[in-house]
Amino acid sequence: MENKKYLDDNWQNEEKLDMIPTRNGYGEGMVAAGEMNENVVALCADLTESTRTLMFKEKFPDRFIECGVSEANMVGVASGLASTGKIPFVASYAMFCPGMTWVQIRTTLCYNQQKVIIGGAHAGLSVGPDGATHQALEDIAIMRALPNMTVIVPADYHETRRAVIASLEVNSPVYLRFARENSPVFSKIDAPFEVGKSIVLRDGTDVTLIACGPMVYEALLASEILARRDISCEVINAHTIKPFDESTLLASAAKTNYVVSIEEHQIIGGLGSTVAETLGENYPVPMRRIGMNDKYGESGTADELLERYGLTAERIAQTVLSSITEERG
Amino acid sequence: MPEKNLLELEKKANQIRVDIIRSLVEAGSGHSAGPLDMADVFTAIYFGDVMKYDPKNPDWEERDRFILSNGHICPLLYATLAHAGFFPREELLSLRKLDSRLQGHPHRVALPGLETSSGPLGMGLSQAAGMAYSFLMDKKKNWVFAALSDGEHQEGNTWEAILFAGKYKLYNLTVLIDRNNIQIDGYTENVMPLESMVEKYESFNWHVQEIDGHNIESIIDAINESKAISTKPSVIICNTIPGKGVEYMERDYEWHGKPPGTKGNVGEVVEALYELRTLGGQIASEHE
Repeated sequence: MENKKYLDDNWQNEEKLDMIPTRNGYGEGMVAAGEMNENVVALCADLTESTRTLMFKEKFPDRFIECGVSEANMVGVASGLASTGKIPFVASYAMFCPGMTWVQIRTTLCYNQQKVIIGGAHAGLSVGPDGATHQALEDIAIMRALPNMTVIVPADYHETRRAVIASLEVNSPVYLRFARENSPVFSKIDAPFEVGKSIVLRDGTDVTLIACGPMVYEALLASEILARRDISCEVINAHTIKPFDESTLLASAAKTNYVVSIEEHQIIGGLGSTVAETLGENYPVPMRRIGMNDKYGESGTADELLERYGLTAERIAQTVLSSITEERG
Repeated sequence: MPEKNLLELEKKANQIRVDIIRSLVEAGSGHSAGPLDMADVFTAIYFGDVMKYDPKNPDWEERDRFILSNGHICPLLYATLAHAGFFPREELLSLRKLDSRLQGHPHRVALPGLETSSGPLGMGLSQAAGMAYSFLMDKKKNWVFAALSDGEHQEGNTWEAILFAGKYKLYNLTVLIDRNNIQIDGYTENVMPLESMVEKYESFNWHVQEIDGHNIESIIDAINESKAISTKPSVIICNTIPGKGVEYMERDYEWHGKPPGTKGNVGEVVEALYELRTLGGQIASEHE
């Protein structure tokens, strides 16, 4: 059974879905947040257009602060702004922020308890031709390790917008991760979103596919492929990596007794690790992590790279099939 | 400033130095040189009638902000805040101990009067700039002070913040630099030369003053001059003597990161406290 409250009626038919990058949801979400709260301000480090901070800048020019190519300073400035009652959004490519600003985030935001919302753009392999230096594949791990930090990886454009607005209610720093490429808008415009609450997109009995970001849609398509092989997948959108919704995962694992995590991130430290920790401590069942297997990416188109590193629906389905066969004989 | 008031401030600075030594000795670890050498500057800021604050209402919206960037000189900030009435002076003896509000490096949410948490170098000026930006944006009168070490001008983050404050002409920001010429590995000009700091700041579009960081009257005058500038941020380079007030520590970088009295050397402690309480022998009676 699919989740009709969440999924677009055409979710199975990719051609009928809009293709919009998740980062657009960040820009539009910020504009909405700016309208809701006059204390919202936005900062950017010379990537105003590509992080979609431009949308906010055009609407609220007096509440936009250009920081230049100085990500560490941007985080500190945001901390100072937050201490005076502002609600700052800071954005850059995830590789640069949080990539280059971990200790600033740790000291001046998390330890210092100043609420700033960090938008990490162009995360994951799908940034493509720019190559490994620009493909943030470790950002979830370094943000998740910080006390007081919330980590959200929205699945599509609508969900990113919802996540931005929901972040306003979180009383501590938030890391929002989004991608560069167009991806299918498969969630309904008014679908529910609650920070820290995963969404079961499809009920199943044989295997749990738990994913975040644009990989959620690949997981859904993989579940269709596997359904044709009589394998019933439960698909979970784990949009909040921290605080992690343990109960939704554990309830699903109790049904399927096999869990596969899927993420555009290293399999070390991200969603897969979160899932492994949760299962290991509460309900150990066999599991498999799909993601970048402790290596760097390379140049290529997004589709080529996702194919090469096993992150397309077809490749995910193959991996699930072969690992289930291995496990269950 | 009347001479009597000036003498009172000098005495205050020395009482603060005494409290620094007492808290460091009790803690058994921590930095000595920086806290001692910035005591006159902190005294001028907190007691020289240049900064608005209310120890009874630490979150008062109209307060000015003081950001300590080089968190390791917090024994000085703690002693100053205690003298200013933010918490009891006895609590200074809990420095660096388990369950203390006086963490080894400042933890904002633990202690009233702190405006940020700091320790890793090079981050304070960015935060001060963010505060100053916010106040200008909202046309508020709050002033922002930031204390930086000279050594943390070797951090790239510091220069990013200097660029930022210069670009946005954050004239409601006064930075005071502890130019004591030392850092852990030796003298700054040997480890990684910083001169000319005056020319560097000027070229980043700052108003620059260079003063004797132990002359409380010139510190206050320099702060007042910085407040009269309405076109650019201000920096006051305070030339200080590391370990100021305790002769055997002065100018010796060995004292950057350790307290007196370790290894059971009680003589060090007695000598330091006597020297401070008598203002280097200038006054006969001890105040404590």
